[in-house]
Amino acid sequence: MDLGNIESLRFFWPELILGGTALLVLALDLLVENKKTIGLVALLGCFASLAATLALYGSKNGWLFHRMVVLDNFSLFFKLVSLSAATLVLWMSQSSREVARLHQGEYTTILLTSALGMFFMASSSNLLMAYLSLELVSITSYILTGFLPHNRRSTEAGLKYLIYGGVASGTMIYGMSWIFGMTGGLDYARIHEALFQGGVNQLSVFIAFIFILAGFGYKIVFVPFHMWSPDVYQGAPTPVTAFLSVGSNAAGVAILIRFFFPGVSQLTDAGDWRFISGVQWPHVLLTVSMVTMTLGNLSALGQQNVKRLLAYSGIAHAGYILMGLVVLNNEGLRAMLFYIVVYLIMNVGAFLVVSIVANATGKEDMESYRGLAWRGAALPAVCMAIFLFSLTGLPPFAGFIGKFFLFAAVIKQEFYLLAVVAVLNSVVSLYYYVRVVKVMFLDFPEPSDGAVSVTPDAAALLGLLTTLTVLLGLYWGPLIRFTNQSVQFFIK
Amino acid sequence: MTDHVLTYMTFFPVAGMVAVLLLPSNRHNLIRWVSALFTVPPLLLAVWLFQNFDRANPGFQFIEKVDWIPAYNIQYFVGLDGISISMVLLTALLSFLCIFASWGIEKGVKGYFALFLLLDAGMTGVFVALDFFLFYIFWEVMLLPMYFLIGIWGGPRREYAAIKFFLYTLFGSVLMLLAILALYFTSEPHTFDMTQLIAQSGKYGTTPIPFWPFDQLRWGFQHVVWMALFIGFAIKIPAFPFHTWLPDAHVEAPTAISVILAGVLLKMGTYGILRINYPMFPEATGDLAFWFLGALGAWNIIYGALCAMAQKDLKKLVAYSSVSHMGYVMLGMATFTPHGINGAVLQMFNHGTITGMLFLMVGVLYDRAHHRDIEGFGGVAAIMPVYTGVSAFAIFASMGLPGLSGFISEVLVLLGAWQKYPLLSVLGASGVILTAGYLLWTVQRVFLGATNEKYKTMPEINGRELFTMIPLAVIILIVGVYPSVVLDLLSASLEQLNQIVIPHLG
Repeated sequence: MDLGNIESLRFFWPELILGGTALLVLALDLLVENKKTIGLVALLGCFASLAATLALYGSKNGWLFHRMVVLDNFSLFFKLVSLSAATLVLWMSQSSREVARLHQGEYTTILLTSALGMFFMASSSNLLMAYLSLELVSITSYILTGFLPHNRRSTEAGLKYLIYGGVASGTMIYGMSWIFGMTGGLDYARIHEALFQGGVNQLSVFIAFIFILAGFGYKIVFVPFHMWSPDVYQGAPTPVTAFLSVGSNAAGVAILIRFFFPGVSQLTDAGDWRFISGVQWPHVLLTVSMVTMTLGNLSALGQQNVKRLLAYSGIAHAGYILMGLVVLNNEGLRAMLFYIVVYLIMNVGAFLVVSIVANATGKEDMESYRGLAWRGAALPAVCMAIFLFSLTGLPPFAGFIGKFFLFAAVIKQEFYLLAVVAVLNSVVSLYYYVRVVKVMFLDFPEPSDGAVSVTPDAAALLGLLTTLTVLLGLYWGPLIRFTNQSVQFFIK
Repeated sequence: MTDHVLTYMTFFPVAGMVAVLLLPSNRHNLIRWVSALFTVPPLLLAVWLFQNFDRANPGFQFIEKVDWIPAYNIQYFVGLDGISISMVLLTALLSFLCIFASWGIEKGVKGYFALFLLLDAGMTGVFVALDFFLFYIFWEVMLLPMYFLIGIWGGPRREYAAIKFFLYTLFGSVLMLLAILALYFTSEPHTFDMTQLIAQSGKYGTTPIPFWPFDQLRWGFQHVVWMALFIGFAIKIPAFPFHTWLPDAHVEAPTAISVILAGVLLKMGTYGILRINYPMFPEATGDLAFWFLGALGAWNIIYGALCAMAQKDLKKLVAYSSVSHMGYVMLGMATFTPHGINGAVLQMFNHGTITGMLFLMVGVLYDRAHHRDIEGFGGVAAIMPVYTGVSAFAIFASMGLPGLSGFISEVLVLLGAWQKYPLLSVLGASGVILTAGYLLWTVQRVFLGATNEKYKTMPEINGRELFTMIPLAVIILIVGVYPSVVLDLLSASLEQLNQIVIPHLG
């Protein structure tokens, strides 16, 4: 299926609905008095888009808009992930005191636009489109990060993010220009063809790929492109942090897989991907993965601010997710997709608790969690413990199953060193996650610590995420089937 | 009903946890009684199992098998054989008694009993699971309640002890996870089913893999996986040098949790080795058992006893005595003689009852005096004669006095060891003397001698406390006089296990 502009629109409902909602919200902001309405309309739009995406799932494959974007299960999967992230974060924003101080209309519009950018990141099959979608997500992220008025940290974070992002995307587009120069095409199919015909200098391809990897890596947050994340995560409003940590990370993984797997590799019958270059990609990726998880975990050990701690934990998790790439086969990709869903649930959950505590205390440091379980906030404390244990990878929570599949993929291909480093990292990570649990349960509140209350909609979201975390830890059959189906690419 | 007896046993406490969570948190007594109520059915089922267990059948009984995640061959598969039945009985009994031993908990009652019941379910699950994946889930599920039970309701250094316990055990269990995955991908068709993994035991290679810088070890895949599993289990036993979490955890944990820790959790280590390492890797077991079980076990006996002797804290002394007594289990297992291996599993059971009683004894004293300093007592016999009688009974049982259960299992172990490793047997036997040394010295310092004026008015042991200790005393006596009660349950399965390994002994 190779459709032109007008025919493509039939398969473009999710994007149209989402984009329409973003514009509608902006207009509504001028008209309505009650700002709650904006959030509700946005949520409705997200649900409608979600429904449209689900309706497309598994039906047709093909190129849309003259091979600019591609429609297949893989891209639809990541659209669902970005939408879920946007929905959860919008829901979470409803009860966030930080967000209540912002201009609702603009905040919501930018958030939705960012989700739209992620749609294109997952589906673009043209380097130009990939670059534009990445920039759309980046620019909206800079704005969201620096959105808090009169807050130095937020402004500083936004600026930092902008500078790092600028360098990374500059590097990336330079790499892309190399590819264009060598293959004469921006279209993935064209690049693929040219690269497999031979006659292309392997070293130049390798260098170009490394440059491109800088752009993707900065979204996924792996070492050495991680430096921006702790400051940005800490400075941004908490719901935005949650959105960046799961949405932008997932979209980064999507664009990376799209380019490096169906884009420039060939699938063998056994389900393995053969890379064109003579470089030992598994070893490059293996090193990056090990360094990323180790550095993230070790840096998290000493953190006193829970948001910052979660930022470093996010780096570590990017390292875990990369494990699925190392094996260069569909099994690894499936494990990555599974992990992304699980990570979305538990990480948004953890940030939701951060937001609940910040609403009551105005702070995010460890001290504000002291004796949380005994301060009338047993529910968030218990849920936080579950999310953190799930992030550690302990059964019977979803995080364990996610890690289990990643380890399984790696061990099957006999990358034992990586597996050992990864499990030891889990032990290290237990220490800092449990430190938060300790503060919440084992320490007792002091008289100066105020009570923490939970609004009904936050409690409902908390309940939903916790249930999912536990449920997916006990019965994950449907989700693994879904991710199996989602590792399906439209190539030709 | 009888088809799902193991499932009921495992998940009844979970139902209890839910029930407790639904109760209002200020009704302390109601919560306690409901918790107690939910540990009764497993206990009754345990009695039923004891009566209906086919003692001549070495294989698995009361099997339940349901597909859980078919795509990965993961099953809900539980069953019972001679290796696990004594542990399941012990778990049911100690869980029931420990509810009553926890009666004095006043802080966060609801959370305590809910976590306790979850712990109970996890423990039973570990002993009945026959699917490796399920086994791992239960193994890890136990960690969380244990962390909180020590961490919230423990003594002054509870936070340190709880995290130490958690980190040590997780370190061991992630290695186990890797071993499980390696086995899964080696088996054909890929499976987590322990019975199938055992049936395929010939497949796990012994061809030496280069293992720099240990090339002279000549280890194959079997040996590496054996070792990964062994470290996980050894931490739980706890075998030297992984034992250091134990004294900390024991000293800080509330009494009932100490009982569970010593009575049930430690057994999981040796149980895991018997259940998994032995039948799945008979060749590696043959190669490694002497050093890593036999010699290490003997070292544990001596080292634990010497450490116990040096302790000033009564609870720490009992904790180190556990290290010493678990050494007998390891030594007995390593002999592959009927005496040794039966003695080892019997010792697991006996240690559960005896050490359980010892910790209850310490708890009674601590509740009254609020310290456990051995030197701080004296002449307790004159103040609390009944308590002294019961305690002396437990102490003598721990010492291995003939007529009490500890004697039987230790003698069996030493008999077995004598046939294979005379030197280790001598070392183990000398441990008995050291044990008598530190225990009698303790009796002398705590119970005899001049009465400490401070404790003149200490009340006698009460009915509830007696209720927790008497059933254990009765079992210790019965097993001591007529050990076949327990040995008959074990011997068929253990004989079969021996036969798997013996052909591979070097």
